[in-house]
Amino acid sequence: MIRVVLPAHLKTLAHVQGEVELEVTGALTQTSVIDALEAKYPVLYGTIRDPATQKRRPFIRFYACEEDLSHEAPDAPLPEAVASRTEPFFVIGAMAGG
Amino acid sequence: MSGVRVLVGTKKGAFILTSDGKRDKWEVSGPLFGGWEVYHVKGSPVDPNRIFASQSTGWFGQLIQRSDDGGTTWQPAGNQFNYDGVPGTHQWYDGTPHPWEFARVWHLEPSLTNPDDVLAGVEDAALFQSTDGGENWRELSGLRTHSTGSSWQPGAGGMCLHTILVSPENPQRIYVAISSAGAFRTDDGGESWRPINHGLHSEGLPDEDAEVGHCVHRIALHPSRPDVLFMQKHWDVMRSDDAGDSWVEVSGNLPSDFGFAIDVHAHEPETIYVVPILSDSQHYPPEGKLRVYRSRQGGNEWEPLTKGLPQSNCYVDVLRDAMAVDSLDSCGVYFGTTGGQVYVSADSGDNWEPIVSDLPAVLSVEVQTLA
Repeated sequence: MIRVVLPAHLKTLAHVQGEVELEVTGALTQTSVIDALEAKYPVLYGTIRDPATQKRRPFIRFYACEEDLSHEAPDAPLPEAVASRTEPFFVIGAMAGG
Repeated sequence: MSGVRVLVGTKKGAFILTSDGKRDKWEVSGPLFGGWEVYHVKGSPVDPNRIFASQSTGWFGQLIQRSDDGGTTWQPAGNQFNYDGVPGTHQWYDGTPHPWEFARVWHLEPSLTNPDDVLAGVEDAALFQSTDGGENWRELSGLRTHSTGSSWQPGAGGMCLHTILVSPENPQRIYVAISSAGAFRTDDGGESWRPINHGLHSEGLPDEDAEVGHCVHRIALHPSRPDVLFMQKHWDVMRSDDAGDSWVEVSGNLPSDFGFAIDVHAHEPETIYVVPILSDSQHYPPEGKLRVYRSRQGGNEWEPLTKGLPQSNCYVDVLRDAMAVDSLDSCGVYFGTTGGQVYVSADSGDNWEPIVSDLPAVLSVEVQTLA
């Protein structure tokens, strides 16, 4: 199991509070995490990745261990601290205002 | 006792306004989907408890929500809008080819006969169909793949398919409108389409009466005469008496023939409503006076309807999907503004009052008349 933190609007959609616990099979990557997230919460399908291209949406970022992993390859391994549950995997909605 | 349920989509969520047939006391619920843009909410004419909503943001994309209990509870439906085959390109603003890219659902049109059937008009312009209550969507690709499709170009608001009208007499006949490609009609349930823009003149086009390229803002019809169409174009209010084969201008004495919304009285097929807007760069009413104009002659001769509407310092807009009528004996007319007001007239437009005054900018208004 790993820990995932979602932005507020996605928590509302998924009817969850706090962190999400996810079972991820195989290599731990951005792709496998989002696949597992969508499998557990189908309502989130398409909200993080564009359904047509499977690319991360422009205003979504992925953080872990105080690093922005958004531009890492989707199939690159995530940090060991995420795998060991020491750190969560953050799905971030870009800040906007004005 | 009969009543109405007004479905309001705004830039930050949806709201449901309910009243009895008198339409003088209202209950307001919402926001639903708070923080999301809700371009459109519309109920099934067959089963009023079934309502569809288009929910989207620039952050998280598109969702479709469905209620089966009149808007009390909602369940997410399908949100896969995949263009059929290789989508190809349309023209971009600079004239270069640009791949078709799905952005959002502008308009949902539930079937007149089957509560599981619904059409969706999307940006980039295409028409999708669901026959299972919105769970799965299939493109009716004959429209997008029309021979003129590669020349379609977006307007400033995006290349959206915003109007869907199904003929009550012949469900194989569907009209759609696209900004800024124009109006199209199918007579075979969506397999093949043809432009229906003859008679439209648009000064912004190199060929002012081109086959396609017109910025149609909205089309309306009366269910008893589905071949008579009324159009608010970017500029010009137009009318067709032959299912769109030809159009004539009926702007007449309007103070401005720019606008977005247009609708038809529920019981008088020649009574139509528009809200004149000053210009395409000044999206507010002329003279700061919010006036609905009514024609009882199907156009050309218009009267301003002002009682209860602000007649000074009003600089809101009324968007294309933000006007609707109910079908109670005394026809109710409704519209929403970008200033967050939703107005009702329970007497065909003679007198108006606000139902709510401080919602987020209103994107759409639909009305369900309840038995």
